[in-house]
Amino acid sequence: MYEITEKKILNQDVEWMRIKAPFVAKNAKPGNFLIVRVDEFGERIPLTIVTHDEMSVTIIYQKLGYSTQLLSEKQAGDFLFDVVGPLGLPSHIRDVKTVLGIAGGVGAAPLFPQLKEYARRGVIVDLIIGGRTKDHLLLVDEYQEFCRNIYFATDDGSCGQKGFVTQVAEQLYQEHTYDLAIAIGPLIMMKNTVLLNKKYNVLTDVSLNPIMIDGTGMCGNCRVTINGKTKFACVDGPDFPAEGIDFDELMVRQNYYKEEENHICRLKLGARK
Amino acid sequence: MRADRTKMPVQDPEIRNCNFDEVALGYTPELAMLEASRCLECKNPRCVSACPVNIDIPGFIKHIKDANIEEAYHTIYQSNILPAICGRVCPQETQCEGSCILGIKSKSVAIGALERYVGDYALKQNLSIQEEISEKEEKVAIIGSGPAGIACSASLRRLGYQVDVFEALHEFGGVLKYGIPDFRLPKEIVDKEIQNAKDLGVQFHKNMIVGKSITIDQLLHEYHYKSIFIGSGAGLPKSLGIPGENMTGIYFANEFLTRVNLMKANRFPAAPTPVRIGNNVAIVGGGNVAMDAARTAKRLGAKNVFVLYRRDMTALPARQEEVEHAIEEQIDFRLLRNPVEFIGENYVVKQVKCEVMILGDPDESGRRSPVGTNTFETFDIDSCIISIGQSPNPILKSATPELEVDRRGRIIVSNHQTSIPGVFAGGDVVSGAATVILAMGAGKEAAISMDQFIRERA
Repeated sequence: MYEITEKKILNQDVEWMRIKAPFVAKNAKPGNFLIVRVDEFGERIPLTIVTHDEMSVTIIYQKLGYSTQLLSEKQAGDFLFDVVGPLGLPSHIRDVKTVLGIAGGVGAAPLFPQLKEYARRGVIVDLIIGGRTKDHLLLVDEYQEFCRNIYFATDDGSCGQKGFVTQVAEQLYQEHTYDLAIAIGPLIMMKNTVLLNKKYNVLTDVSLNPIMIDGTGMCGNCRVTINGKTKFACVDGPDFPAEGIDFDELMVRQNYYKEEENHICRLKLGARK
Repeated sequence: MRADRTKMPVQDPEIRNCNFDEVALGYTPELAMLEASRCLECKNPRCVSACPVNIDIPGFIKHIKDANIEEAYHTIYQSNILPAICGRVCPQETQCEGSCILGIKSKSVAIGALERYVGDYALKQNLSIQEEISEKEEKVAIIGSGPAGIACSASLRRLGYQVDVFEALHEFGGVLKYGIPDFRLPKEIVDKEIQNAKDLGVQFHKNMIVGKSITIDQLLHEYHYKSIFIGSGAGLPKSLGIPGENMTGIYFANEFLTRVNLMKANRFPAAPTPVRIGNNVAIVGGGNVAMDAARTAKRLGAKNVFVLYRRDMTALPARQEEVEHAIEEQIDFRLLRNPVEFIGENYVVKQVKCEVMILGDPDESGRRSPVGTNTFETFDIDSCIISIGQSPNPILKSATPELEVDRRGRIIVSNHQTSIPGVFAGGDVVSGAATVILAMGAGKEAAISMDQFIRERA
């Protein structure tokens, strides 16, 4: 059993937890993820390790489906049934001078450890952070500690530019040059970012979060086609250079269980509310 | 002496292909006695040497004849702490039963069924065996809680070592949990028999991925384990490498079976992990995993489940019993068909295109190799489950560069020792995907080498 030692509500949809898991924390590096199971019958939920110290790790999750809702019912002092990691390869930190981070929604969580690592190495880091509303912009204070400039985009215009992160990026590219962009967020946002960046000759890295079961290369559910070759996001990623990724295929794979997800939410959470 | 082998009662095929309860129901005490009476108690029993863990087979059968099942259990337990599991999943027809002298003129003794009877009796009666263990201080680590790891851990514990087993998943048992379906091996039985190793004093740790959560180097030098056994199995699925394989609706057997066996997707939404296969399901491959996948798909309610296999019926690598059960359960075999392409719409699979094959000259396995005819046939499908084999998971190797593996990722060993002194390996991670009992045999033998290694170093 793994104790939740701290919990914060970041906004109505997103929460933060610190979990005591010494063997996940011990070898964790930026870019690694973990898998949690809330209870004895729980689904295996993959989540990025946002930060870690010697004994514990922190995670950020969006209450999206049944299992993340269940996770959200747990409070500080409660225990999680399973926490395993660190999984995946650490982020490949490139030898660059300027990086633009582009975060969409809860993608600000997996982006955080990577961007912080670039900053730690003396790279100039700018950030565009986007969300539905001002309340959905995550980790802004934490990012401010190491980012040179932070730009905002919200769907409703409640903070920064009204519109998409890609619109902000396109404006930035008129005045700034970046060696690399790291884009993490919804698949459609990452796809559009890569298209834009190709136009402006900016390299793009992304972090993928496809459906997976074991997270150790066993099931193959998380496979993704990159330049015509199959990669497993859990063991070959989750970070990849984005240029060759078949995002359209990935979006269909991501939606395969949508119907079941809606069904279980209606059935179990509907009754609870 | 009776010549007829005593049949084990089974669930009716029409009923069982709609449930996940066990197919074979086990002997009654009367049937077990009847079958035991067929054993000739050979002076030089060939069955014992054909058993990878050398169970005293005539010995335990004699105790059944004497109606002393507890003693029969003690006899098996000396060599095998998992009789209820092995009685169910061992390929007895090529091992003990395949060597039984009765098999020459009539049918061999049903040794597997008898072993299972004894194992089940022990579980039902909660028989526990108190062993005297003279404790040693040295710690040993076992990587993987599958058959190889369990057997190795028990052997080392009996020698007095402090044994820690590290398991990557959230439950213990490895392939016994994620791979083999409930209708062949109920998971309660796996848990109960693993309890035997726990009762011996073996410590099991879940959620520990060696190579990630902890490394071989850390185990040896930071945690001071004197020796390590790698029994991490063959968990990496092989792909067909044909166009369209990443469309949705196409599973590797590992994913499909793990969803159902480990995550209980057959009980969705009571269990929150779903699985979806539709009505027309193609299974690619002809081994035991393919049979398990086909029969599981049928039980999930698929109307048409068919096996695509590139050779003919006689070449199927699956156990004969599994094939027979599959046929009884209305699994369709479309033989001499080799998938060459998946065809879909908007990344969702709709059809599988197969080349019609004929059999040519024998290959190195002795089986006639399939040859393409350049004629093709296309089947409509809602999903496809690829079951053409597994190789060792590369995580440990990539975290441990000095660990030598062969071209197929299998760990290279000499007398069970790997290229790293003190680190041993056995089971599927060495042999490639094989059987539960061969892995157990390797685990037991490796334990002897590990003991020797530790004593020589002391």
